[in-house]
Amino acid sequence: MTTVWVPCDAAAVSVGSDEVATAFEAAGATVRRNGSRGMLWNEPLVEVEADDGTRWGYATVAPAEAGALLAGELDASPRALGPMDEHPWLTAQNRVSFARVGVIEPTDLAAYRSHGGLAGLERALTLDPAAVVAEVTTSGLRGRGGAGFPAGIKWETVRTAQAATKFVVCNADEGDSGTFADRMLIEGDPFTLIEGMAIAAVATGATEGFVYLRSEYPHALRTLRRAIDIAYAHGVLGQSVLGSDHRFDLDVRVGAGAYICGEETSMLDSLEGKRGEVRAKPPIPALRGLFGQPTVVNNVLTLAAVPMVLADGGEAYAALGTGRSRGTQVFQLAGNVARGGIVEADFGLSLRELVEGYGGGTASGRPVKAVQVGGPLGAYLPPDRFDLPMDYEAFAEADAMVGHGGIVVFDDTMDAGAMARFAMEFCAKESCGKCTPCRLGSTRGVEVIDRIRAGTDREANLVLLEDLCATMTKGSLCAMGGLTPMPVRSALEHFPEDFGVTPDQADGVAHDIPESATSTDGGARP
Amino acid sequence: MRQRGPTPAPAPAPADPARAASVRAIAEGLSGVRGPLLPVLHEVVATHGYVHDDDLPVVADVLNLSRADVLGVVSFYHDFRRTPPPAHRVSLCRAEACQARGAEGTVADATERWAGSSDVEVGEVFCLGNCALGPAGMLDGALHGRLTPDRLAELTQGWER
Repeated sequence: MTTVWVPCDAAAVSVGSDEVATAFEAAGATVRRNGSRGMLWNEPLVEVEADDGTRWGYATVAPAEAGALLAGELDASPRALGPMDEHPWLTAQNRVSFARVGVIEPTDLAAYRSHGGLAGLERALTLDPAAVVAEVTTSGLRGRGGAGFPAGIKWETVRTAQAATKFVVCNADEGDSGTFADRMLIEGDPFTLIEGMAIAAVATGATEGFVYLRSEYPHALRTLRRAIDIAYAHGVLGQSVLGSDHRFDLDVRVGAGAYICGEETSMLDSLEGKRGEVRAKPPIPALRGLFGQPTVVNNVLTLAAVPMVLADGGEAYAALGTGRSRGTQVFQLAGNVARGGIVEADFGLSLRELVEGYGGGTASGRPVKAVQVGGPLGAYLPPDRFDLPMDYEAFAEADAMVGHGGIVVFDDTMDAGAMARFAMEFCAKESCGKCTPCRLGSTRGVEVIDRIRAGTDREANLVLLEDLCATMTKGSLCAMGGLTPMPVRSALEHFPEDFGVTPDQADGVAHDIPESATSTDGGARP
Repeated sequence: MRQRGPTPAPAPAPADPARAASVRAIAEGLSGVRGPLLPVLHEVVATHGYVHDDDLPVVADVLNLSRADVLGVVSFYHDFRRTPPPAHRVSLCRAEACQARGAEGTVADATERWAGSSDVEVGEVFCLGNCALGPAGMLDGALHGRLTPDRLAELTQGWER
């Protein structure tokens, strides 16, 4: 009987992969459900496994085509992708964190192990905790949630803190538009995250962990819960991690639809059962985090990079990348893009390679007008900036941010003035309300942008907008208020005509780099 | 745990004793976990569809919180709805990536289609993590991509207009 792989990833399900799987079962095939390879424009992407194990891909398969596909009738179609392991869009990438996503069944622990899983945790258990942290420090791994804080320094702070209870918390509140890599990793290879958290626990002396997962991700929640149950059953989690003296208990907590809970301190308050309001720092969470105890807070992709760092050594990871941006980044191509999906590559490739190379330009076929990099709080960049290398420092110098590597593409029908207004509107809706610049500044920002666009006292309102942006940037407690000016200012700088403003008028507006974009205070997005 | 503030006046008898008993059982079942309030409220919504005002003192009593604490949390989060859910829910993503693929058109169409409907509730969400296949939306909890107005009409056939 033929084996057919049909993704169970939520994006694939959203365009019919469950129905496709049912159709192949009815047609007599053995259906196995993998995560997605990340070629999302091809979903539902069905793979037929040949006798020699080669998996032959077929793009955008409809349920009604199951019989024809099995009979070989689609082999001459342009939708036949050939052997997936040799597909140039995939082989050009460097899949490190995503090595197993789309390849194995997500909760098959034996397959996880046979594809290199658990080697990192096994090695970590043979080392001193200090040596485990040293490997992470050597790797140069920086927080993938957006702030880019060195993971090893954070871990060392927790390791050396004195407390009876320490926690590891994974921030899986992936609320930024244009990001879906956390979700795809959890749905496609959850054991990588579990292993990374267990290594963090071993390194820092933590005994309890939580994954804070947003409620908008029901598929990820189901997969992660199942994976945690299996990890307990096989002794990866629990009283004795892989037979060692280390205890590590892991639980999932579900968010409740508040964007601000992606900010690490609001997330901690939410985990404690409170309103998700931002805390003032210091104290930093590494010293006083969840329930006041020393806490490692890392993003999904930061923790998912850790097993490889431990398995192959920190230096192997540090050999990838550029400048102070080491390793790989999981870029996400989204919005109006022809070939949207996951591109994991070493830091240092250019924005153009991502948008035009991997992405293939817009889905609409119209010219690209701008991309927004790093989520709703990132800058809008026009094509003349596409030679920027994907590197934390290079982006910060250009008044932009790499953030978590999400890239949203817009064609020439985009109205940058409307998007700037939307940035303020979104901030007003989702502000936690604790600090004034964010809570009130965002509402005033909508009004000022409306007046500029309507031509009401334009010059004075441009000055007012800049003053407001400076106040929000410098006076907000967290990156939400602090970075909302970034899309606003970049939209105004690059597309003044969308505000009815001349370039000269826009040039008069000063541009400060928001400190929070380049700071290393451990703050995560938003 | 210390009781906060003066002893509150006894709450009036709940309008629905069966519901109160169910909510109490949910809260007691989860009271042992760390930071139980959000898990309790999620379970109340999963079981009863929404958080009724009468649920607040019950939850507060079991978890030894003030009613204000519970109300503050319920009102902070979008997920803890305080009115009975409609027969059908359309949640459409309005975030940047879906806007880049024309979400505003789908949102406008849906808003107009079900304006004034008591059976179908149209709401906005900001990101469902389906940013390469937008416009995205959830229809009665099921995720969909490439949601044009035509596709939306097809998927919601039979829903009261």
